[in-house]
Amino acid sequence: MATRRPYMRPMAGWWRRNPFYLFYMLRESTAVFVTLYALQLLYGVYTLTVGQAAFEAWLARLQHPVYIVFHALALAAALLHAFTWFNVAPKAMPALYLGTRRVSDRTVVRVQFVIFFVVSAIMLGVALGG
Amino acid sequence: MTQKTIDIEVLRYNPEKDYKPSYQTFEVPFADETSVLQGLQYIKDQLDGSLTFRWSCRMEICGSCGMMINGVPNLTCSSFLRDYYPGKLRIEPLSHLPIERDLAVDQTDFLQKLESIHPYIIPKENQSVEEGPFKQTPAQRERFYQYSECINCLLCYAACPQYGLDSDFLGPAAMALLHRYNSDSRDDGKAERMPIVNAQEGVWACTLVGYCSEVCPKGVDPASAVNRNKVNSTLDYFFRFMAPKGAAE
Repeated sequence: MATRRPYMRPMAGWWRRNPFYLFYMLRESTAVFVTLYALQLLYGVYTLTVGQAAFEAWLARLQHPVYIVFHALALAAALLHAFTWFNVAPKAMPALYLGTRRVSDRTVVRVQFVIFFVVSAIMLGVALGG
Repeated sequence: MTQKTIDIEVLRYNPEKDYKPSYQTFEVPFADETSVLQGLQYIKDQLDGSLTFRWSCRMEICGSCGMMINGVPNLTCSSFLRDYYPGKLRIEPLSHLPIERDLAVDQTDFLQKLESIHPYIIPKENQSVEEGPFKQTPAQRERFYQYSECINCLLCYAACPQYGLDSDFLGPAAMALLHRYNSDSRDDGKAERMPIVNAQEGVWACTLVGYCSEVCPKGVDPASAVNRNKVNSTLDYFFRFMAPKGAAE
């Protein structure tokens, strides 16, 4: 009888082995930017409680090129974060049925995009109009 | 006319001789219709009879011949050498599973997990033969049908880095089959299966990489089975939390 000696391959660097994993890591890393942005915004709200001068100083600081680059990156990360989540949402939510017919995954994804664009347009309208 | 040939690089491992696996390249003649599996069979028949791999049906039904082809989990019976020409192929045993010998992996872990989920219909009350079969409408069948297409080929386990990092994770196929029985109108075994879903090694070890659904040769969507059960697990938790002790279900 032959000797059994099962060999386990190492996992080190697994996420570099396949473009799919690389994109997954990119998707997950967007959370870092979203967190930093949220903290930064929270700080802005905090300066409001300190007083007008503090808030305006914070606003002035945001004009710095470093902040502008950060915001551009955070926006890109937030969009990737949102879009990739829209795409996986049909997997995370219970299967939807209209009568006996299953609502297709593609429809679920599309409806989210439509809502996203409509809400974004309204908010942009309010922000620019107001 | 000279026949086209392609290089197939195979990961070899002989537990009696080798400290660790290493690659060996074979030159294999092929035609348009030669599958990767047939390429391996050519090696075994003509070049090196010691090459070890599993196969059976040759038509995407048995789920025995799953391997990594150029790093991607695939059934070798339904992959064709022509699609890799003029490049070469690197064939390895399915990732994340222990290599028994050459291209054959140890499937014990999955088989134990499969058994643990009670992969059969547990009826509320048994019905006698005279009472006839349990009936089901097409709409009820539709709720679980795609998950019942699983052929246990383990490509999804080879696709799942979370399983590779921690093999305690129940994994995609077992969860898809668990969901298949839980979603069946004839089944009443959900209460037995929920502790498996709720465990850390159940749905909560999944981070929705999503590659399992991508590589499934049968169009099953195991990622949806796992992630829908995160919702079920959460609801299960709250309902148990809110229900008074000793209350009936």
